[in-house]
Amino acid sequence: MNQAAIIPQSEIEDWQLPSRGIVGMACLILAEAAIFLIFVVAYLFYIGKSLSGPTPHDVLELPVFTSICLLSSSLTVHLAVTSLHKGAQSLCSLWLGATVLLGGIFLVGTGMEWHHLIYRDGLTIRTNLFGTTFYSLVGLHATHVIVGLFMLSLALLFSLRGQMSSRDTGRLEVLSLYWHFVDAVWVVVFLVVYVLGR
Amino acid sequence: MATRTAILDQTPRPIARPSLLETLHDWLATVDHKRIGLLYIGYALFFLVVAGFEAILIRIQLAIPNNHFLSPQAFNRLFTMHGTTMVFFVGMPILFGFGNYLIPLMIGARDMAFPRLNAFSFWVSAFGGTLLYFSYLGGDGLYGAGSAPDVGWWAYAPLTAHAFSPGHSTDYWTLAVLLSGIGTVGTAVNIVATIISMRCPGMKMGRMPLLVWLYLVTSMMVFVTVSPLTAAQIMLMLDRYLGSHFFDTQAGGSAVLWMHFFWIFGHPEVYILVLPAFAFANEIIPVFSRKAVFGYAAMVAASVGIGFVSLSVWAHHMFTVGMGPGANTFFTFATMVISVPTGIKIFNWLATLWGGKIHFTAAMLFAIGFLFQFLLAGLTGIMLAAAPFDWQLGNSYFVVAHFHYVLVGAILFMLFSAFYYWFPKMTGRMLNEKLGKWHFWIFFIGFHLTFDLMHIPGILGMPRRIYTYEADRGWTLLNMLVSCGGFIQAIGTLIFVYNMILSYFKGAVAGADPWDAWTLEWSTTSPPPSYNFAKIPTVESRRPLWDLKHPEDSDSRYE
Amino acid sequence: MLFETRMVPRGIPVPALSHASRLQLLFSDSHSPTNIFAPAGTPAHSIFGLSMLVLGITTGLFIVVGGILLYVLLRFRHRAADPMAEQEPAQIYGSKQIELSWTVIPILIVVMLFLATTRVILSTERATKPPEALDVVVIGHQFWWEYRYPKFGIVTANELHIPVSDPKHPTPTYLTMSSADTDHSFWIPRLAGKTDLIPNKVNTMWIDPQEAGLYLGQCAQYCGTQHAKMLLRVYADTPTEFAAWTAQQKQAAVQEPSVAAGQAVFQRNACISCHTVKGTVATGRFGPDLTHVASRDTIASGAVPNTPANIRAFVGDPAHFKPGALMPPMHLNDRDLDAVTAYLATLK
Ligand code: HEA
Ligand code: HEA
Ligand code: HEC
Ligand code: CUA
Ligand SMILES: [Cu+2]
Repeated sequence: MNQAAIIPQSEIEDWQLPSRGIVGMACLILAEAAIFLIFVVAYLFYIGKSLSGPTPHDVLELPVFTSICLLSSSLTVHLAVTSLHKGAQSLCSLWLGATVLLGGIFLVGTGMEWHHLIYRDGLTIRTNLFGTTFYSLVGLHATHVIVGLFMLSLALLFSLRGQMSSRDTGRLEVLSLYWHFVDAVWVVVFLVVYVLGR
Repeated sequence: MATRTAILDQTPRPIARPSLLETLHDWLATVDHKRIGLLYIGYALFFLVVAGFEAILIRIQLAIPNNHFLSPQAFNRLFTMHGTTMVFFVGMPILFGFGNYLIPLMIGARDMAFPRLNAFSFWVSAFGGTLLYFSYLGGDGLYGAGSAPDVGWWAYAPLTAHAFSPGHSTDYWTLAVLLSGIGTVGTAVNIVATIISMRCPGMKMGRMPLLVWLYLVTSMMVFVTVSPLTAAQIMLMLDRYLGSHFFDTQAGGSAVLWMHFFWIFGHPEVYILVLPAFAFANEIIPVFSRKAVFGYAAMVAASVGIGFVSLSVWAHHMFTVGMGPGANTFFTFATMVISVPTGIKIFNWLATLWGGKIHFTAAMLFAIGFLFQFLLAGLTGIMLAAAPFDWQLGNSYFVVAHFHYVLVGAILFMLFSAFYYWFPKMTGRMLNEKLGKWHFWIFFIGFHLTFDLMHIPGILGMPRRIYTYEADRGWTLLNMLVSCGGFIQAIGTLIFVYNMILSYFKGAVAGADPWDAWTLEWSTTSPPPSYNFAKIPTVESRRPLWDLKHPEDSDSRYE
Repeated sequence: MLFETRMVPRGIPVPALSHASRLQLLFSDSHSPTNIFAPAGTPAHSIFGLSMLVLGITTGLFIVVGGILLYVLLRFRHRAADPMAEQEPAQIYGSKQIELSWTVIPILIVVMLFLATTRVILSTERATKPPEALDVVVIGHQFWWEYRYPKFGIVTANELHIPVSDPKHPTPTYLTMSSADTDHSFWIPRLAGKTDLIPNKVNTMWIDPQEAGLYLGQCAQYCGTQHAKMLLRVYADTPTEFAAWTAQQKQAAVQEPSVAAGQAVFQRNACISCHTVKGTVATGRFGPDLTHVASRDTIASGAVPNTPANIRAFVGDPAHFKPGALMPPMHLNDRDLDAVTAYLATLK
């Protein structure tokens, strides 16, 4: 007999607890949000404090198209989840593919912007405080996009190989939560960097 | 107490002896929450001795004025390493160790929510600690003798900039702290998910043991406070590796920004460290006064309150940086407000003791030491919170005394208490009570000799982080006595270590429920099987084992 | 004795020292020149008043709460002799009224403490500056202090001279502070609380010593290797002394022909790129101004008394007194060392 004390078992109906995946992701998002908050604070704090140029006003252009792409990918990933939930596997693959594509466009857009800034405007992370805060904030976000795209591509791969079924909806939902978060952060970054900071 | 344990089966589990290699593999590859918990605890105890030894070196150097025992560089490295190690590689891992071990057992679960993440978090933190100490070899790169970081545990800018900290020592510091932060967030995610999603049937939030509640609050705080530190460390690394200018004052960067970022982490961090100590007290004090904890709901509310208020007080570490009267007033107020929820806790513990039958076991002695010392430490905290008083006391040995009173007098005492209380559960054997009492009294005397007297040099104008001092300042005798106290603490700690080793092999067999306690971890064998519970329990009150032992007077009727 | 001029502080509240119980022995050690409870200036005085209030309230709280704890431990300990020893005590789960009372009382105490604190914060940080106030710029350097008197055009190092301030006609000194490198903190416990010196940030504080004499302190913010030997010396001079001191400091450096050899060594070496000697080619600003170095009581920021032997040893190897000081060893031969020492000793 291994058990020491026997706690009497009584019937407790409806003992339902939230899914640990969702709870875990919510916690992670909270932690990540705090990281972004600090970078945003640093950005706001250093607006206009650079000792030398170039200034945001000189060199930044509104990335409207890529932003639209990124934001609409939130919709597509949501559609992917609902399709999977309904058991429509190939539709799910389609929407996942669209999400990866849109995210990819965003990433390429950021890459081109950086290329311009570095080679045309001579702005690097060392140039001044603007460069420092700009590249680190946008770069931090881009890193998250890359991580998200990697996971989404994996999901796409599984989905294409038919290894995903409606039983995996929970997992895909957790991933989509992350992706929504990445998008939401972009809204903040966009406002801070391209609207307020310019 | 003895009569009640009769209902419990006390046969020890048969111990099969696997080979050494197998054991090692089992431990290194384990994802069992109990083993990971023990790994955390062992790791933290190791670093406690290391950092304690560093403290002893510090005290030898300061025992007499104009001492040449240590060079200034060596001394500065020692207090940096001592502080960093104690906070990040003793305090954090040990609390997560106990959390990992106890939470699933207390909520009637078989494991943590994400066992593999759990193992990953531990190994990341462990790697961080190793990296920190590797800096003693690698800090200067291959040429030069090598060196550890010497920037203090807050690593204020611009001291961390390349101009003032050449070599790699500071890089090791940021990297080590960053890694430990990642591990910490990982474990906190795990703890929250476990508490929210893994409770056994009937374990409503309002029925969770207070320990579990406090770990929930602590972990939530981790998300919003350790992350800012992670962010700041990333910035510092960008500065040092890529040449950015966040904290580079020569390019217009701000030294004060780092202070804010650090203390937005640093202040809540100290409550992250102390809340688990409160958590242990919430379990241990009731059991040894044989009463239910007084004011459960108020205790929960106070913990949540401390969590929230502590997010708004960070700049009380910055009263001298010239924030202006507005900010100084605000942060004075916010800081003082913390004493209200904290007071509620103290009073509720007193009320728990009131009318009880207090058993002075070693665990209880340490818990009472905790109560007494935390009261005093909190009151010196209030003195520091009065901004003008802090203009005098800040960065003096008074502050060092204040925080050791909490970190050692409260947290370390409560940890020792937790060891005496849960060691039987973890190993199946009792810690020796007689040695335990020796440990308590010697450590208690050493503690008070060291840290009571340490307040006075602060009042006499002795700043902290100085490797030596002039003979004519009136600090000499006091410092000598303080140093003696450090040695006495070391003796106490050695007794404890000896006790653990001795009792592990030769201690009295504990049985499932040696303390006649009330929470679920005592309903399974000691040590528990890897699946914890053969049958997942169901509960109907906060003290399921009380209900079991007193069916005529079950708790569920009063809640 | 290191400092012959050490001032014995007056009026320290030390308990009667006649019969040396152990506790009293400890406090007798507190004839400390840096005791925060021996205030000698207005800011330190008002902080002292607040401290006593806070100490009083917290001591009261400690006695009450600690007393209850002690009582509980004695009264409610488990007694094996008690016939009911094995019976569990009555279980009490809480009480709204009691819990409310120990929430409300602390709130009231906090509000009281807060109001008292706010008064002192405002009276110190919002004090009006009288027109007679003297302005001094303080710049923290890794491991020494630079003082500039804009009104007199004086630049000096490590030893701050200010006029004593008669409470009836206050002549406080306002310090405008910043740092050339890392953070430092200016702390003369008997005069005022500390204020940090931070690069890219300008802080101010004021001091008004009410007795003439020497006030000691030291850097209170960790600033690097030699943070420990970044000592502070503030001389509160009587009006005549202060006038004489400023008059002398305004002058350019004396140039004595007898030490021309030493001056030549000084000017031939890198000394001039780090040190200023007013009226000569030496205009460096990385190290302390040496124009009147011989008029100071100590060198290396208070680390050692200013004697020719100490100067010689310091210039020969700064790490000897102050390992980690940012002045490099200049590798002068004995003859040059002697010459330079003789030269520096004339810079009154
Ligand atoms: C676990 C750790 C811990 C805890 C719990 C606390 C608790 C408190 N601390 Fe402490 N503190 C530290 C660890 C901790 N501290 C550390 C590590 C540092 C220095 C870091 C460094 O510089 O390296 C520090 C530094 C520090 C400073 C900065 C000093 C300086 O550097 O200049 C201040 C200033 O306000 C402060 C205040 C307080 C206050 C008001 C509390 C309060 O929470 C205390 C509340 C408790 C009570 C008041 C007692 C019980 C209450 C009652 C009995 C009710 C009645 C009481 C009243 C109405 C007053 N602490
Ligand atoms: C949990 C946290 C914790 C703990 C437990 C301690 C424990 C101790 N600390 Fe620590 N301390 C800090 C956290 C902690 N400290 C922090 C955060 C700082 C600030 C750092 C900074 O400024 O950056 C600090 C700074 C600090 C200073 C100030 C340094 C300075 O400013 O110059 C001093 C000086 O006395 C000190 C002393 C001690 C002593 C004597 C103990 C004792 O209680 C230790 C007792 C334990 C042991 C001694 C271990 C047992 C050892 C053995 C069994 C090995 C064998 C021993 C021998 C051979 C003697 N500590
Ligand atoms: C690289 C810069 C540098 C050079 C070169 C240099 N010094 Fe210095 N000197 C310093 C610094 C910095 C200090 C302050 C040291 C301290 O107290 O931490 C100092 C301090 C001194 C002091 C003590 C001043 C005081 O008031 O405390 C003297 C005297 C002195 N130097 C003389 C010399 C002489 C003579 C030479 C040349 C032979 C020289 N120095 C070359 C940087 C320099
Ligand atoms: Cu300057 Cu410490
Ligand atoms: Cu704090």
